[in-house]
Amino acid sequence: MSAAVHERFVDVAVIGGGPAGLSAATNARRAGAARVLVVERDVRVGGILPQCIHAGFGLHEFGTDLTGPEYADRWTAAAAEAGVEVLLDTMVLSLGPDPDGGGLLLSAVGPSTGVLHLHAAAVVLAMGCRERTRGALNIPGDRPAGIYTAGTAQRLTNLEGLMPGRRIVILGSGDIGLIMARRLTLEGAQVIAVLEVLPYAGGLTRNVVQCLDDFGIPLRLSTTVVRIQGREHLEGVVTARVDADRRPIPGTELEIPCDTLLLSVGLIPENELSRDAGIPLDPATGGAVVDETLETALPGVFACGNALHVHDLVDYVSEEAAAAGKSAALHARAVSDAASGALRADPASAPAAAPVASSAPVRLASGPGVRTVVPQHLRRAAAAGLPLVDEVKVRFRIAAVFGACTLRLTAVSADGTRAVLATARRRRAVPGEMEDLGLKGPALAAARAAASIEVSVEGDAHG
Amino acid sequence: MNPFDVLIVGGGIIGAVTARALSEYDLSLGILEKASDVGTGSTKGNSAIVHAGFDPVTGTLKARLNRIGNETLEPLCRALHVPFRRNGSLVVAFTPQDRLELERLLDRGRQNGIPKLALLDADALHALEPALAPNAVAALHAPTGGIFGPYELTVACAEVAVANGARLLTDCRVVGIRPDPAGEPAPDGARFTVTARTHARDGSLVEETYRARFVLDAAGVFADDVAALAGDARLSIRPRKGEYLLLDKRQGTLVSHTVFQAPGPMGKGVLVSPTVDGNLLIGPTAVDQDDKEDTATTAEGLAYVLAQARRSVPALDTSAVLTSFAGLRAVSSGHDFVLEESPVVKGLVLAAGIESPGLVSSPAIADRLVAVLADAGLPLVRRADVRMDRDEPVRFRELDDAARARLIARDPCYGHVLCRCERVTEGEVVDAIRRPAGARDLDAVKRRTRAGMGRCQSGFCLPRVLEVLSRELAAEEETLTKKGPGSSLVDGRIR
Repeated sequence: MSAAVHERFVDVAVIGGGPAGLSAATNARRAGAARVLVVERDVRVGGILPQCIHAGFGLHEFGTDLTGPEYADRWTAAAAEAGVEVLLDTMVLSLGPDPDGGGLLLSAVGPSTGVLHLHAAAVVLAMGCRERTRGALNIPGDRPAGIYTAGTAQRLTNLEGLMPGRRIVILGSGDIGLIMARRLTLEGAQVIAVLEVLPYAGGLTRNVVQCLDDFGIPLRLSTTVVRIQGREHLEGVVTARVDADRRPIPGTELEIPCDTLLLSVGLIPENELSRDAGIPLDPATGGAVVDETLETALPGVFACGNALHVHDLVDYVSEEAAAAGKSAALHARAVSDAASGALRADPASAPAAAPVASSAPVRLASGPGVRTVVPQHLRRAAAAGLPLVDEVKVRFRIAAVFGACTLRLTAVSADGTRAVLATARRRRAVPGEMEDLGLKGPALAAARAAASIEVSVEGDAHG
Repeated sequence: MNPFDVLIVGGGIIGAVTARALSEYDLSLGILEKASDVGTGSTKGNSAIVHAGFDPVTGTLKARLNRIGNETLEPLCRALHVPFRRNGSLVVAFTPQDRLELERLLDRGRQNGIPKLALLDADALHALEPALAPNAVAALHAPTGGIFGPYELTVACAEVAVANGARLLTDCRVVGIRPDPAGEPAPDGARFTVTARTHARDGSLVEETYRARFVLDAAGVFADDVAALAGDARLSIRPRKGEYLLLDKRQGTLVSHTVFQAPGPMGKGVLVSPTVDGNLLIGPTAVDQDDKEDTATTAEGLAYVLAQARRSVPALDTSAVLTSFAGLRAVSSGHDFVLEESPVVKGLVLAAGIESPGLVSSPAIADRLVAVLADAGLPLVRRADVRMDRDEPVRFRELDDAARARLIARDPCYGHVLCRCERVTEGEVVDAIRRPAGARDLDAVKRRTRAGMGRCQSGFCLPRVLEVLSRELAAEEETLTKKGPGSSLVDGRIR
């Protein structure tokens, strides 16, 4: 290999070859982008899917029940058929505006890639997410072997063929923790309990039923780990009940001997690249702030999947990423049209390569009962070369468990007048399952004319 | 087996820096370390501060060796490619009482011969460190204060010593030191028979014996126990626990100086400091205890550190905590370093009571120990064939793209990023394993390369580092450990 830095030019560069990246790339090609390249740091595509050997994938997207690897295979085939190129074993280290032109520049490295400077008209951020760790929870005690995040344990078990331990406590009732409770039970381990600091489960209801209830594994709500014991290897954890403010209640401590503690305490969108590129992030989601085309504040950079906000179902990741891929393709075409002068005849069009919206966007805000909202902005008018989309899906997470309730999008005008744009009724709604409401036609037109839009839930909250 | 001229008990910073210094001479050297790697005791659980030297009581060994070490540590770190930064330190006063304390420290610092000390008023202080609490009224500024990598220095010195022929024996806990009768050298020239307990391949404990002319007791919090094994029961070391929190690099530029609080009736206060790796470190607590191996953190301790650190820097983001840890200081009853040949046991040289400012003093301590050994009769003949520095380890994250391209062209392993958070490549992990005194477990790789020290705390790189360790050591993954015997990472294979 030569010791020089390589240069390449593409229309759309997709960072990450997981479900979001594969769908974004495939749909960028389908929308007409000529050169679409996925840069993947692992030696295979699929992201986290290859280690998710359980079923439950694809019910929405393909109308059939698939395992993680099967779901990844379908998208890998679709990407290949669409003419997507994939660069494996290559990690993107930086992203920013291209100093040599109006597009974007990525720097990436790999054992066979060497150092690559990738020039792209549009970029899709599809880096996925990482797991919260013990440090983030600040659990005191010793620092022994035997403490893993649930996803790391899943990789060890399903891809490396290694058994994390035999007597297991799981802290956090996120989906991966629930799946691993069942998986390790099937491998002969004893899962002593799943502990959840909140008064409700974090994962999907179907996972609580199928992974815990069906195997008789206790779920202890409003309970956490307050101490780790064991100097070399984990020997036990001390648990405690917590009050309404999640503070341990003195006197409720219980010592549980165990050799393994798995943590399934939340996922954090992976955005070191975005942060370094100066792209504003939403503190509530941990992902980039985007508009309805999923474009970030850095023109030409789009975000989707778990890098944008953490999803519960991969099917919805694929759907969202398809929109990001399509937007990226349209942007790349607008850039090349502008460069070739096709739009120069139109005096209204910006001369810059990257088209920008004509006025300040409409802000979507979390109202009562809502924790996160994506997208955070709506465009008011079309930009050069980029028509407005005619349908917008607003995805959001509620802040508590609700019984019968109404989900609502409300337009708020400059003088404070409120007009309901969309509603949906639910018999029950939980923070562990993402909600969405659609906008199209007159409602979407009204939304684009509003000062801001409030996303809210109204009903009986159960804590 | 031929006896060792010097057998060093303890592979912490003192043992390692002294081993390197001794390896310049024609001597047979051994280091007995109870853990699976060097630098895993007090060396890794501390503030990593290059103290300026205004704090120790004037006239003590601490005061003198701190001043010397503050000058000699920097060139040593440079020669060994160990991170070192003279970022300066501030002792901050919040009350008129605190201010008096600063004046006392300034006075003592001048008596100790510490250069460039100055008192800053509130305006100068806030101009220097805008994130400091508005109620900070003054500070003692010590520009010669700094930060460095204590376990990196320990690893580097062990590496040089081993490359120069020293034998590093890890997983060897000394359980007996028998001076020969009457203290006269035996026919083989040795005075001591040292027994150490180690793990056999099957995991059982076995005892090995070594012969030595001199024993250097550099056993940290265990220095009194080791001396007592040899027959010198005069020492008393009491461990004092210090708990710390390490914060994300996003918080690493909150302050540029090491910020201490003026000592008061409530203790020495808590420091807020950048680290050489760009994180933010806050701590420690100070709690005396009896257990010499209890380094567990506590809910009370961590809460105290957070509250105190926010007193100095209110903007501190407590949600940015990466991890917490605790270390033990080796507090001696005499409150000064003990660096001497035992007056009771001839040939036993003591390096005891090495608490703060032991890290910064370590090069000066090593020089003094070499002199003590020479006075005690150890012949020092310089060798021509030794090398006192080492090749610079690759730090991929610090290279520019052109340098990266050249490196990957030479060895593609340097193009494989194993640790995404700290951007550590496979090539760096392989190198950490293959170097003298190389890594044998996950934590040893982490200390040498930073793989696993970032935001995901090894969630991503752990399976990948295991794979490289397994390949390089020709060991099955299920036999690999986090930090030596008893800390296996997995419990066998799936079916």
